[in-house]
Amino acid sequence: MFISLLLVLLIGAIAWAGAAIGLASLFGVVLPYVAVVVFVAGVVWRMVYWSKSPVPFAIPTTGGQEASLDFIKQAKYDCPNTTWGVVQRMFLEVFCFRSLFRNTLGEVREDDPVNKGPRTIYYSSKWLWAFALVFHYCFLLVFLRHFRFFMEPVPSCISFLESIDGIMQIGSPRFFWTGGLLLVALIFLLCRRIFNQRLRYISLANDYFPLFLLIAIVGTGLCLRYFDKAEIAQVKVFIMGLTHFSPVSTEGINSLFFIHLTLVSVLLIYFPFSKLMHMPGVFFSPTRNLPNNTRAVRHVNPWNPPKQYFTYAEYEDTYRDAMAEAGLPLEKQPEKAAE
Amino acid sequence: MYNAKAVTIGIIIFVLLFTSPFWASMLGKEYKETGISLPKNEKECVETTDFMRNKHMQLLNEWRDEALRNEHRVYVASNGKKWTISLQNTCLKCHNDYSAFCEKCHVANSVDPYCWTCHLIPQGSTK
Repeated sequence: MFISLLLVLLIGAIAWAGAAIGLASLFGVVLPYVAVVVFVAGVVWRMVYWSKSPVPFAIPTTGGQEASLDFIKQAKYDCPNTTWGVVQRMFLEVFCFRSLFRNTLGEVREDDPVNKGPRTIYYSSKWLWAFALVFHYCFLLVFLRHFRFFMEPVPSCISFLESIDGIMQIGSPRFFWTGGLLLVALIFLLCRRIFNQRLRYISLANDYFPLFLLIAIVGTGLCLRYFDKAEIAQVKVFIMGLTHFSPVSTEGINSLFFIHLTLVSVLLIYFPFSKLMHMPGVFFSPTRNLPNNTRAVRHVNPWNPPKQYFTYAEYEDTYRDAMAEAGLPLEKQPEKAAE
Repeated sequence: MYNAKAVTIGIIIFVLLFTSPFWASMLGKEYKETGISLPKNEKECVETTDFMRNKHMQLLNEWRDEALRNEHRVYVASNGKKWTISLQNTCLKCHNDYSAFCEKCHVANSVDPYCWTCHLIPQGSTK
């Protein structure tokens, strides 16, 4: 945990020092280009690599009653047996995080009134689901809002998004809810790892690092908007230079902006090699993308070598005379077969 | 590759989505400068240029609260100079053309301040 925190702080410090000693173009121009290339190529490489892996067994998650006799009600969304059903389940998983929604928590309650002693109880736990949902949707909206820096003129849908996001008209520049909620959700997800002992035990640097990195990105982003401000007209000129492949001078832009940009670049570079690959990975996981129809359709392991078949007809053809001699029953008698 | 068709479609969608900042930017115009035109007869604003560029919105917000909620209409700038807190009579006296000043950055960066729900939009000296 502390290593991840230190690493993120170190990246920030390097970017800040770099911008301060005049290497802003390295962190503001070269690094983002490298990051985008690594990100896109890396993710495509991982997707191709995954798609080359065979699925030896049909292992869909069975979250309920599978398709059975007509009078037994099937859990359509949790145990689909058709491709269309799988599409529906995948949609719910990707857009609503249904598997997190179904999360339960087991706990031993000492001194339970029912048992008059300790009792294990299970109940629905929606915290992870709620905050994961908040985090992912806020991240999406924040990402979309950034298109005001990429596009000239800014399309009206982006402006509409901003007007909804800042609908409370708090302060100036207007407070955007998604930015604040993003930070809150991230801090919850971090605290969950730190204060839940079971979770802390299984948490590694590659769990903490993306969290700290995202917190740093969101933190610098919020700072840039509300506190240590960068002039956005200048930032837009710079960003539009990047996206048109004709970078302009980095002069006069707040170095915090380069810290923000560097952290985002690091996120992009880190992405293809990390757990964050659950983004394309959810579509590749056989527990999610296979229909639960194993009783109706045979799943053939693509690993299997081609089968050498020796059918009974061929067997009889080969040993007919010997079998007739031994008096074994035959489907075709030797004289019939000779015809 | 197993499920080559589906995976290829997935890869294409991924690449299109995540290179969108580049091609979405290419679809539109370039943006090389703000094209802002500063008032001709005045050299000095309330605070320094840097401050005004980065934090004018916070200053205006503060001014709004001072004038309307606290009825306090004097602002002392960091260099000691006193200014009357008034958008209409102080700011817009020099920055008198909305389309040549405010709008230049605000529209390009999709900033939508709600100054003009109460104040009149300055139309410039031509009118």
